[in-house]
Formats: sequence, C-alpha cells, structure tokens
Amino acid sequence: MARREAPEVNAGSMADIAFLLLIFFLVTTTIDVDKGITVKLPPWSDEPPPEMKLNERNVYSVLVNANDELLVRGQLMRPGDLRENTKIFIANPQALSNMAESPKKAIISLKNDRGTSYEAYIKVYNELKAAYNELWDEEAEKKFGRTYNELEYEQKKALRADIPLVISEAEPTSFGE
Amino acid sequence: MARINRKRKRGTPAISTASLPDIIFILLFFFMVVTVMKDSTLKVEVNYPYATELQKLEKKSLVSYIYIGSPQKQYREKYGSAPRIQLNDAFKEIKDLKIFMEQEKQAVAENQRSRMTASIRADKDVTMGIITDVKTELRKINQLKVNYSSKPRTDDL
Repeated sequence: MARREAPEVNAGSMADIAFLLLIFFLVTTTIDVDKGITVKLPPWSDEPPPEMKLNERNVYSVLVNANDELLVRGQLMRPGDLRENTKIFIANPQALSNMAESPKKAIISLKNDRGTSYEAYIKVYNELKAAYNELWDEEAEKKFGRTYNELEYEQKKALRADIPLVISEAEPTSFGE
Repeated sequence: MARINRKRKRGTPAISTASLPDIIFILLFFFMVVTVMKDSTLKVEVNYPYATELQKLEKKSLVSYIYIGSPQKQYREKYGSAPRIQLNDAFKEIKDLKIFMEQEKQAVAENQRSRMTASIRADKDVTMGIITDVKTELRKINQLKVNYSSKPRTDDL
C-alpha cells in the first residue's frame, strides 16, 4: 500500500511577506527621543514670597543674559567651567569663608532674561544639575562604595537630605525681548 | 565504504534558505516592538537642545507633550515665524494649556494623576520668554512635574 502524504505547504513566499512587513515598520519607525531634564517647578502662589535673610556666602547666583553670557557671582564664566565651580561651591572642601557653610545650606540662584535662548538656558541648567549628580555620586561612593543609581531608595533619600538639590529660579528680566 | 564514496555529491551544495523567513521575522518583531507610531504631526520646527543629565520618561500614557517652536514653512504665511505653541494637532495659545492639561488628566486613572509629566519639547533657538510663560501657566494649573526634552550630548562644552 502506498502511503499518501499530506502535500507540503510551500513556504517560499513567507520570506517575501515578512520582508514587506519589515519594510513597512522600518519606514514608519521613528526612534523617538523621549529623554530630557526633569525638573520640579515650585507651586504658584499669588502672594510675593516672603523676604528671606540669607547669608550671602550660601548663595551662588548664576545669571544668563540676553546674549547668552554667563555671569556667576558677578564674574564672567565659560559654561564649561560652571560644573566644577558649582561643585566646589557646594562641597567647599577647603572650608573657605566665601562659599557654602554646608551643602545643606547651599542655594543656587538661577536667573535669566526673557531674551536668553532656550539652548543656553538648558546648557546652564544641565551643568548645575550635573554638579549635584556628581556630588551625589562621589558621596555614595564614599559612604556605600556604589554609584548613586545603584543605591536603595532609603539610602538615596538619606543622601539627598545631606546634599539637597536647591536650584531657585527667579522671575526673569525682560531686557532682551 | 566504496559505496558511500560513490554517493557523495560533487560541487558545492546549495545553501539552505529555509531559515531566512525566521531571521526576517525576528527583525520584523524587533521593529514592531520599538516602533512608536507618530501621534501628532508637527506644525512647528523643533530641534532639541543638547544635555547630559538625561532622564528617561517611563510611562508614555502619563506624558503630555507641549511643542514650542517657529511654525513650519507652509504655515509661515498665516502664522508668521514667531515661536508658537502646539498642543495635539493645532497651534494654541498659553491660556489653552489649562483645558489641554485637564483633558489629558481625564484620560489618566485617578491614582496615577500625580505622576503625570508635562514634556516641553521646545526648539533650541526659541527665547526664554515663551518658555517662562508656559512654565508660569503650568505652575498656576498645578502641573509641577516638567521635563525638558533634550538629545544626549557627547562632546565637552
């Protein structure tokens, strides 16, 4: 008796079908940038904020004018130097009398003009945030022997309480617009 | 032994293409998974600024996008070239942000609403004036979590 076999399905065109679908998805794909600098804005209040008496040594004033020039504590600075200088200000390793008493008391005050370009603003904000991130990393390395991102939630919280991120943004001036 | 020798084929054997569909399918699945269908067509020109301290936005459904930039060429005649705000598919004003965020909130489950993020996708050449106005409005409507969309930078400043 001859055994009848089921006819084999021709799979030769399978590759073509898959290719068509592949090309469709290749064309429609936009690998999106969904990354950015996350910030938390302060809540709005209609009353003007109360005058606070701050010790001048604890305030690091950063100004960006309408020509995208950077003025830090009254002196011109290259954006490339901002990160290192901010770190020194916050940590104050040599305990200088014109820098922050302790990281807890350090306040970064950022002010820009309405004519400042967004690019320059992001550049400066990025450097300030980077200064804090690097400080957190160094502190985590010292205390726990790990990078900041590898820490447990509680450890991160404790670390952030020691070096709180305080970037205060003032109402911008409007000379350049 | 001699018989086996006789049976051996001469010349190069054809390469089997039977696994080709599988390879293609794997590629296909990869692209299907990473594909994000564009949800709104851009009417403003947006070139992201560069930054290094980037954080990834986790849940797409919790993110509302605010596009800011100069209108694209075909809209210049009607709208001029001053920076404009685009929400969803249309040019909008600052005051429309409130309704927009309210609508976005409706689409999100109540216990997730505090985790919503407003993603500001602004062109790097716009001035801070319009950005400040948007930020102020966001503060007024109590949407405090904000993300400035940026591309990764590799070179030093």
